[in-house]
Amino acid sequence: MRTPALDKFCTWLEETPLSQAIQGAGWVVPSVQTIHILAIAAVMASVLMLALRLAGIVWRDQPLPLVYRRFRPVIWWSLPVLLATGIVMIIGEPARSLANPVFQLKMALLVSAIVVTLLPFRNRLIAIVSMALWVGIVFAGRWIAYY
Amino acid sequence: MELDALLRSLEATRFATAIRESESLFPWVESIHVLAITLVVGSIAIVDLRLMGFASRERSVARLTADVLPCTWVAFGVAAISGALLFSSNAFDYAHNSYFQAKFVCLVLAGLNMSIFHLFIGEDIEGKGMRIAGAASLLLWICIVTCGRWTGFTIHASPLLS
Repeated sequence: MRTPALDKFCTWLEETPLSQAIQGAGWVVPSVQTIHILAIAAVMASVLMLALRLAGIVWRDQPLPLVYRRFRPVIWWSLPVLLATGIVMIIGEPARSLANPVFQLKMALLVSAIVVTLLPFRNRLIAIVSMALWVGIVFAGRWIAYY
Repeated sequence: MELDALLRSLEATRFATAIRESESLFPWVESIHVLAITLVVGSIAIVDLRLMGFASRERSVARLTADVLPCTWVAFGVAAISGALLFSSNAFDYAHNSYFQAKFVCLVLAGLNMSIFHLFIGEDIEGKGMRIAGAASLLLWICIVTCGRWTGFTIHASPLLS
């Protein structure tokens, strides 16, 4: 999706002092991306542990609600970190992200993943869908750079 | 230098050439590498936080590692293979990149830290040694991710990465 209004917004954002400052300081984007990846690592491992617990492969000695309480907050608390670092990347390179179809796909997957995380984590289907969505988010995230 | 010749011949192999010359092969392998890295680092962090006494304290370290580390090793295998493929596509430049070199130093240190923990501290004795091993591991893996990302920004021959 690429509308004239979106293009105009990207051009405006690109010229704001904040965006110029991020573009000018070469260390900002790689540093912020590193934090973004670390937060994604926390999410991915948590989603994997929950999925494997549901499949009865790990943490079998603990009741599901307990495992749920251990890992779901990690997913929730990683989201603001991902959002904040993601926003810095968007401000630094608006057209590369906002107007990019892969970025838009990533956001759609993210909304779906959040909805799935809100659902009670009781069956394997939800575990598989959740894992698949987050894997899709990671892949789309890397592909933004190539579109 | 002999090592440089070896790096050049690695770049000349069929799969390295294929990754370098294809438009989509590098990003696909790279995506798999990033996915594997997130699972390695995320799962190691679960263990490290337990070693430091910050999380999962209701479970013994032995139980926790029995559950988590197999996932870590599978993901590490995927990261190593995909990483080797990415490396081969541009072996000379990667090998001469300081961030890439630093990443490998950290990987070796993380391996040493793990070996020292298993050989001299062990999973049964909760205490200072265990906490230090956990903190060192977490710190080293954060450095590995950091150096990995900076490698992508400093390698000259991939202008696509920005």
